[in-house]
Amino acid sequence: MRLPKPRGPLSEWLVARLAGTGVAGAAPTSDSWADSWDDECISLWTLHELSFRGFEDADDRAEWDPGLLGVRHDLETALEARLRERWARTDPAPVAPEDVPAALETVVAEDDGPSLADHVRRHADRDQVLELLRQRSVYHLKESDPSAFVVPRLPVRAKAALMALQFDEYGDGDPNRLHSHLFARGLEAVGLRAEYGAYVDDAMPENLEMNNAGSLLGLHRRLRGAAMGHLAAFEMTSSLPSRKMVQGLERLELDGPMSAYYDEHVEADAIHEHLASRDICGTLAEDEPDQADEILFGAFTCLDVEARFASALLASWGAR
Amino acid sequence: MTRPPAPRDFDHPDVVLVPHGPMLLRGAESVQDVDGTVHPVERPVVALCRCDKSSRLPWCDGTHKVIPR
Repeated sequence: MRLPKPRGPLSEWLVARLAGTGVAGAAPTSDSWADSWDDECISLWTLHELSFRGFEDADDRAEWDPGLLGVRHDLETALEARLRERWARTDPAPVAPEDVPAALETVVAEDDGPSLADHVRRHADRDQVLELLRQRSVYHLKESDPSAFVVPRLPVRAKAALMALQFDEYGDGDPNRLHSHLFARGLEAVGLRAEYGAYVDDAMPENLEMNNAGSLLGLHRRLRGAAMGHLAAFEMTSSLPSRKMVQGLERLELDGPMSAYYDEHVEADAIHEHLASRDICGTLAEDEPDQADEILFGAFTCLDVEARFASALLASWGAR
Repeated sequence: MTRPPAPRDFDHPDVVLVPHGPMLLRGAESVQDVDGTVHPVERPVVALCRCDKSSRLPWCDGTHKVIPR
């Protein structure tokens, strides 16, 4: 993947610095990017990507460049403050460690965000579905990778359960069944580009923020509880919507490898949701009680950023 | 300073009944459904439908969540 297109002064500075072109100078101060959410989102996305697959036109050593880590720190601090403020606005009650699995079910049940899968099942036209798949590709082509960073940071039971889940996400040892690979095959089959990061320049800021939130939680040991709560909410809200995606894709004659990708998630995530809520989050909260509230914060965040993305995309189609 | 607890064995049952949910089954190689069809198992853990309303029996597809209890 090559560096993304800049969207404002901060990402212009960042891309020039990563590409080593011209004199990049000191980073723009937060005053200059605080008004451009799009600029902020693509900049943090780019900095996080250095810890995933990187860019062919950037130096791999940039991942641990102190000057860039300072910028990443400022962007992450702003993002985390925003996410925590949204969570605080729901006035969450503290949760006892043994109640974490039930509390996760409540957070999921109370989610009233709009459903893109409902729209795809009944109303979306072909162009809208292709647009949704381009947007989704930003995450699905690195599916499960943010959670993989959390493995060494967990106690015994949660670690074993996360590995059971991740093993299934990564194809149970069969590269052909790796979920991100299934999605790439699906993209190709519907005539879209399948290479990693292909549609980052088309990603809406709501989509970038959704991806940045997942990466932020996965990359910080401090946020391990929130990362696992995020994972649980993701899995708990995947099975039924995936089935609707299959129905919508079949309605639009986009079946084949892309509907096979969603079909796999109907079955896989009906299993994963229990592994994530009980065996990962439940045991983590028992072993590290201070993580209980963090798990719920992560779960809320997962649903909140998806709802914001879904609202923005549906609004752009005049669908809501 | 208190000594950390000694490492212990954990419960790790092969079959788990999820409250108001499916039956989780670990380490199976195949599952026979009610019609007698044998389905190969390709995952370390599978979820078997207990509400009988799944669209892909014998596997759980999450449908139980939309059925009033």
